[in-house]
Amino acid sequence: MTSYRLTTPGRRIVRGRRLNFTFDGKPHEGLHGDTIASALMAGGRTLMGRSFKYHRPRGPVTAGHEEPNALVGTGTGSRFEPNQRATTTRLHEGLRATSQNRWPTLDHDIGAINSRLSRFLPAGFYYKTFTWPAAFWEKVYEPIIRRSAGLGRPPEGPDADRYEHFYAHCDLAVVGGGVAGIAAALKAAREGKRVLLLEQDTLWGGRSITDGTMMEGEAPADWTAARIAELEGMENVTLRLNLQGSGVYDHGYLTAYEWVAEDRPGADAPRHRLWRIRAGHIITATGAIERPLPFAGNDIPGVMLASAVRDYVSDYAVTPGRRVIIVTNNDDAYRTALALLDAGVTVPLVVDARHEAAGELARQVRDRGVEIATASGITAEGGKEVTGVRVVDIAGNGSGGRLVRCDAIAMSGGWSPVPHLWSHCGGKLLWDDAQGFFYPDPDRPPLGADGMGMVSAVGAAAGDLTLSRAGLRQDSKGSLTEQPTRPVWVMPEGAGPDLRAKMFLDYQNDVKVTDVQLAAREGFVSVEHAKRYTTLGMATDQGKLSNINGLAVLSAQVGNSIPQVGTTTFRPPYVPISMGSIAGAARGDIFQPLRRTPLHDWHEARGTRWEPVGHWRRPFCYPRAGEDPHAAVMREVKNARQTLGLLDASTLGKIVVKGPDAGRFLDLLYTNMMSTLKVGRCRYGLMCSENGFLMDDGVVARLTEDTFLCHTTSGGADRIHAHMEEWLQTEWWDMQVYVANITEQWAQIAVVGPNARKVLEKLGGMDLSRDALPFMAWAEGEIAGLPARVFRISFSGELSYEIAVSANHGKALWDKLLSAGEEFGVMPYGTEALHVLRAEKGFIMIGDESDGTVIPQDLGLGWAISKRKDDYIGKRAQERVHMTDPKRWKLVGLQTLDGSVLPDGAYAVAEGTNENGQRNTQGRVTSTYHSPTLGHGIAMGLVLNGPDRMGEVLDFPGTDSTVHKARICDPVFYDKEGAKQDV
Amino acid sequence: MLILHCPYCGVDADETELSPGGEAHLTRHGPGSDDTDFESYLFMRENPKGPQFERWRHAMGCGKWFHAARHTVTMQVFGTYPAQTQRPPQEILDRISAAQPGWRWRDLGDEGQRA
Repeated sequence: MTSYRLTTPGRRIVRGRRLNFTFDGKPHEGLHGDTIASALMAGGRTLMGRSFKYHRPRGPVTAGHEEPNALVGTGTGSRFEPNQRATTTRLHEGLRATSQNRWPTLDHDIGAINSRLSRFLPAGFYYKTFTWPAAFWEKVYEPIIRRSAGLGRPPEGPDADRYEHFYAHCDLAVVGGGVAGIAAALKAAREGKRVLLLEQDTLWGGRSITDGTMMEGEAPADWTAARIAELEGMENVTLRLNLQGSGVYDHGYLTAYEWVAEDRPGADAPRHRLWRIRAGHIITATGAIERPLPFAGNDIPGVMLASAVRDYVSDYAVTPGRRVIIVTNNDDAYRTALALLDAGVTVPLVVDARHEAAGELARQVRDRGVEIATASGITAEGGKEVTGVRVVDIAGNGSGGRLVRCDAIAMSGGWSPVPHLWSHCGGKLLWDDAQGFFYPDPDRPPLGADGMGMVSAVGAAAGDLTLSRAGLRQDSKGSLTEQPTRPVWVMPEGAGPDLRAKMFLDYQNDVKVTDVQLAAREGFVSVEHAKRYTTLGMATDQGKLSNINGLAVLSAQVGNSIPQVGTTTFRPPYVPISMGSIAGAARGDIFQPLRRTPLHDWHEARGTRWEPVGHWRRPFCYPRAGEDPHAAVMREVKNARQTLGLLDASTLGKIVVKGPDAGRFLDLLYTNMMSTLKVGRCRYGLMCSENGFLMDDGVVARLTEDTFLCHTTSGGADRIHAHMEEWLQTEWWDMQVYVANITEQWAQIAVVGPNARKVLEKLGGMDLSRDALPFMAWAEGEIAGLPARVFRISFSGELSYEIAVSANHGKALWDKLLSAGEEFGVMPYGTEALHVLRAEKGFIMIGDESDGTVIPQDLGLGWAISKRKDDYIGKRAQERVHMTDPKRWKLVGLQTLDGSVLPDGAYAVAEGTNENGQRNTQGRVTSTYHSPTLGHGIAMGLVLNGPDRMGEVLDFPGTDSTVHKARICDPVFYDKEGAKQDV
Repeated sequence: MLILHCPYCGVDADETELSPGGEAHLTRHGPGSDDTDFESYLFMRENPKGPQFERWRHAMGCGKWFHAARHTVTMQVFGTYPAQTQRPPQEILDRISAAQPGWRWRDLGDEGQRA
């Protein structure tokens, strides 16, 4: 390779500050300010990667974010990141970069055989090749494709870096700190608006500084410095470099991506920062991107955009070669010739597709002795590097042509405005036929909340490539009259298939002119279809270089104009952003808030097994040393049945419903009649959705004449509270009712078992005798000196008191119960024991017996549905034919013939098969446990005509090919009379 | 991401503070209603490509339900108003008519709601 570092100055590099890095394990040296690409080129390496499909050798084609070729992995271990653009990744001491998509090495890659086979790997070849025989897909094709697919390898282990979100609000956000953006920001700032100006680069001023055009009579660097200084002095202005506008969304929402400590791994700073900006208005001053020219061999390392060559020379003092040929269809590329000549690099030839090169820039180049071949195109020669070009007639078929030796090619197919941010939220584009680009249509901007345009484009991003409309280049000294561009979509225009098959449109995905033409011939004439069929524009650069050329080829093939063919959809982010920046700080412990009961720490210290319930953690069980969870659960169940168990029931939802109409409201909310409940009493209630399905259950206690306390499921408190608010606010807003969710204000402990009353009497306080506090009553008083509400309700079937104390007394009560209960052999029990206890009693559990398709009538809960009410939520729905169908599966108990435990969710099979050839079913298991009380498996399930089929045996095939036989029985397995809870 | 003005607490709330509640101005059909009315109430929606009245709750703010009149394509917001009403305020209807003459919405139960 013949790229090398020049002795001329480079405005981004610091000569004295050398940095060591490695590429594929080999040591390299660069300078402070270098990118990986500029440093490798300075060291003579242009080959930096391999293309995705054909593994063709590739070097950088750009000097910016649009780079499709020079993608590398950076870092190691938990700081490894694939697919980083070498053209924008800043060098730092010790950086480790690795090339991708090659094996065993970048220079000698076996996969390059694909390139030889390219005629057998046309567009859509996946869809054509791997379709037969069907059995080969899983075992043969997919494994092969998976091994060869993907670009780069994913990082391993958790990300070692941290990331954050940053919120900003402004009247105007200006995306792009080139001269157009600076001018727009300054104008608004002088009017007193709060302005945010952001620039993806490390420097202000954009291309104008490299290109050297005079700005309002000043050198562009001076013009920029003066205006940035003025902006910096204004309190209403925020300026940020290294911040890239990433996406525009509804109502002025703009995301931006900041490289913070990217080049300082391990620093005490976030690696990336995602800005979440709300802007009154957004100006996109995002400039333009140069287009490649489609000529044969346009992907050989050493072929670069003319503007990129100019950037490498003036920014990094690096040239891609010693003899650089320019090929262009416009005047701008002549600036590259001048920059190379100024740096002492030989420019043997400029090839211009136009019939004459009469512009001022061309004249300057010609005056310096450079030959200009007009009405000409090229085909490039070379393999892993450029060796020369053949100069051919632009209108011809590409045959013949004289060979001119060179080691790099600078190409320019004209410029395209960057419309991405404009288009993200619906801004429309217009086609400029003369210049060959799409640009924002100022009459059809994306609209904001007020129905007015919320985004404007300025400068080159608006299609004003020379900034003449912006009025920034007024003085005659600096302004150059440029000659019109001649759009060239295939070079030479009469090229045959052999040449067209070497003209790359999408470099990364190896989409060639022939692929797009083939797609069109095969009927993929819609741009969105052609894109997906050929993968044009689907690479990590998202078509920034390839789209316009590809559209032009497609439109020529289908015989439509380019604007008729249209563009594919522009979607955020503008360039890929790190997953970490999207997550921000929301990872690990703060990914989601964890709700803890007042007893959480006690459970934790006790070595509990946790079970997530909503955002809560509840103890699943409390295993003792050497005890497995199953044994612990069995022990806890038996202990509660035989003597005394304690349950932390604090997560139980508690909602106060208060007001003159509270009873009337609850009558509508629950299927039961709640308004008739007496003060001091409790009632179990069911809640359904308006669609009739069971959604929650719990015990309601009437606290006073106008106050009810509604218990909900642990996971349901917030949802049910919101449900109540919704009906109160949006349907029955005439009712005088308040609701408040007081779940976290109370700790609640269930004291369960034959000795429950004894332990509470030992603690002393209120009268808890059967006469004073019968089953399904509640009372307020004191327990062990703590103010408490005691509810005589039972979810276990045992004598049970649920004691609610203010949250800060919860731990004290728990401790007192434990020590007073010692003589009774007290044990805490967890949620699994709770489940077993309730299942032995045939009590349903929301989420087990109900799943959003079950109505209370299915569960034998008709007794909890008031027949005397005109209305409740869900009543009308439950009158529908399907809901009253006698064939709905109904709740029954299930007991295996051999005493084993039925598999959860197993289906009971019936005779015959359905239309899909699957076995017919007649029921399913909803809850299943081993009952230590009874010594055998117990289950509940929904079964066709179940309650009428007592004693019948059903087959439940398991997933292990065994068939479990179970007999239909009463779902209440234990204490059918309910005697034990009512003592 | 939308911003909607909460007519109760006066906050211009980000969409992240809000929870959506589907179309507004539905008439509840309860027990005694015929199947067609009930089906229409429970399942049938205007789902317009254009101006829509919709329900939102300022869930992460003051907790109140309100209605918004919003264009489902352009995201233009014609106004927000409290949920305790059968019909959108006239000024919002006028604003919609000005932006999109000839727009349609289901019968809101009284006359004059359409342009």
